[in-house]
Amino acid sequence: MASMLEGSGLGLLKGMAMTFRHLFRRRITTQYPEQKLTLSKRFRGYTLVWDKERCTGCATCAKSCPQGNIEIVTSKGTENDYVVEKFQLDSGRCIFCGLCVESCPYDALFLGMEYERSSYRRGDLVLSRDKLLFTPDKQRSAYARPKLEPGLPRQTLLIEGDTGSKKR
Amino acid sequence: MDWWPLGNFWAHFAVFALAIIVFVLLMVMVFIWFERRAFGPFQMRWGPNRASPWGALQPVADAIKVLLKEDIVPAVADKWVHFIAPVVGFLPVLLIFAVVPFHDGHGLIPDMSIGILYVVAISALSVVGVFMAGWSSGNKYSLLGGMRVIAQMVSYEVPLVLSIISVVLVAGSLSMNEIVAAQEIPFFVLMPLGFLIFLIAAMAEINRGPFDLLEADSEIVAGFHIEYSGMKFAMFYLAEYGHALAMSAVAATLFFGGWRGPGDEYIGFLWFLLKVFFIFFLLIWARVTFPRLRVDHLMGFGWKFLFPLALMNVFVVAAEMIVWGEIDGGMPWWIVFINLPAALVLIYLWSRLFRFGGGRVGVNA
Repeated sequence: MASMLEGSGLGLLKGMAMTFRHLFRRRITTQYPEQKLTLSKRFRGYTLVWDKERCTGCATCAKSCPQGNIEIVTSKGTENDYVVEKFQLDSGRCIFCGLCVESCPYDALFLGMEYERSSYRRGDLVLSRDKLLFTPDKQRSAYARPKLEPGLPRQTLLIEGDTGSKKR
Repeated sequence: MDWWPLGNFWAHFAVFALAIIVFVLLMVMVFIWFERRAFGPFQMRWGPNRASPWGALQPVADAIKVLLKEDIVPAVADKWVHFIAPVVGFLPVLLIFAVVPFHDGHGLIPDMSIGILYVVAISALSVVGVFMAGWSSGNKYSLLGGMRVIAQMVSYEVPLVLSIISVVLVAGSLSMNEIVAAQEIPFFVLMPLGFLIFLIAAMAEINRGPFDLLEADSEIVAGFHIEYSGMKFAMFYLAEYGHALAMSAVAATLFFGGWRGPGDEYIGFLWFLLKVFFIFFLLIWARVTFPRLRVDHLMGFGWKFLFPLALMNVFVVAAEMIVWGEIDGGMPWWIVFINLPAALVLIYLWSRLFRFGGGRVGVNA
């Protein structure tokens, strides 16, 4: 039966039925400014997060930066340590390779989870110490910091679950 | 119709000419919006939804954008032909609406005695504008697009006219208004095969859906309007959707009973509009489903499949008219039970006989 009807235009009807069923499926578009997807836990994102308490001022991050982008100035402290006076980077030149985070021996540097970094002036992209400083409301990426991973939400690829094509 | 204040011919002409221009421009915008919003769910997305609620002002924004763009004329272009082509392409589309009955006997000239013949004659003219554009641009791709549209138009005009002939046979008149008046039962029920052929041929005629060979973004970039920008491009866009609107209106008139419908006689225009939208939805549905045809397949489909089927359809309808038809009463309703199986059998049989690429020489020596 099926072979008898083959090539007589039934395929066209099947195709039209298929597209008609699509009319009632869930729409998978993310309406970006209103809806946002959860990023990967190891996302390499905007604003390096710098933990002042852990940093010893060794400047390993500055040496490992392929762009030579991190500027760090230290002075001798009172208790046989260094005080970081200046920690600054131009995020416009940052390539988000994460080498600084990987190289930090004291886990004092983290990558951020933001990605909206457009700005009207190039000067705004130069981030000083205060803007990089770690505060509890800043979300840190688990990139090269696996201990942070359990605390982060799972990545989502669609805005509301699956596309409704198959029942699982 | 004494209450109608437009007894004066010139007042009637002026009012309806203006009304038709406004109607076409407005409906083209609505159609563009409707098509893009309908494409959305077909492809599991939303379509335009940023400019005002449901993206209703998107076509307005697009129109403003395209009108403010720079008008570029290629150095090698034939300047005058290049300039006049969009107008030649759009004018016939506007002229089709002169004979479309929007309501019972209301329109510019809805009672024109050769109405449907006029539609066929005029709607084919817009191809001249397209070919002028393709030729005058001085571009290989646009010329290819222009040549394709001529071949396509010539091939698909024949089944289109043949399917219209079957309607005229049953209605017993060429006037659009009288064709509507003759449809106690809408003709797409009486002649399903005729409607199918008309719809496919109309799709090819307005260069949409699977038959958009003259644009063919993936092969010849944008075809005939590759060298057009700004307002001239907008004109072609207008012509394209205007033609779709015109063909939907003609199909609604010929096969769906135009302004006829249940309810008060004054809402005839709304019925007409509803049917136009329904037919346009069918066109969108076909466009979103089927991939573009190859050029030789397009010609083969037109001449080897649609043309013989249209001839047989005319033969069947004519024979039925001789046996059961009455000149004024049309065909009896139970003709449906003959015509629907006949349509299926004819399509099935002809799909057995129909082959692409006849006469191809093998190369495996």
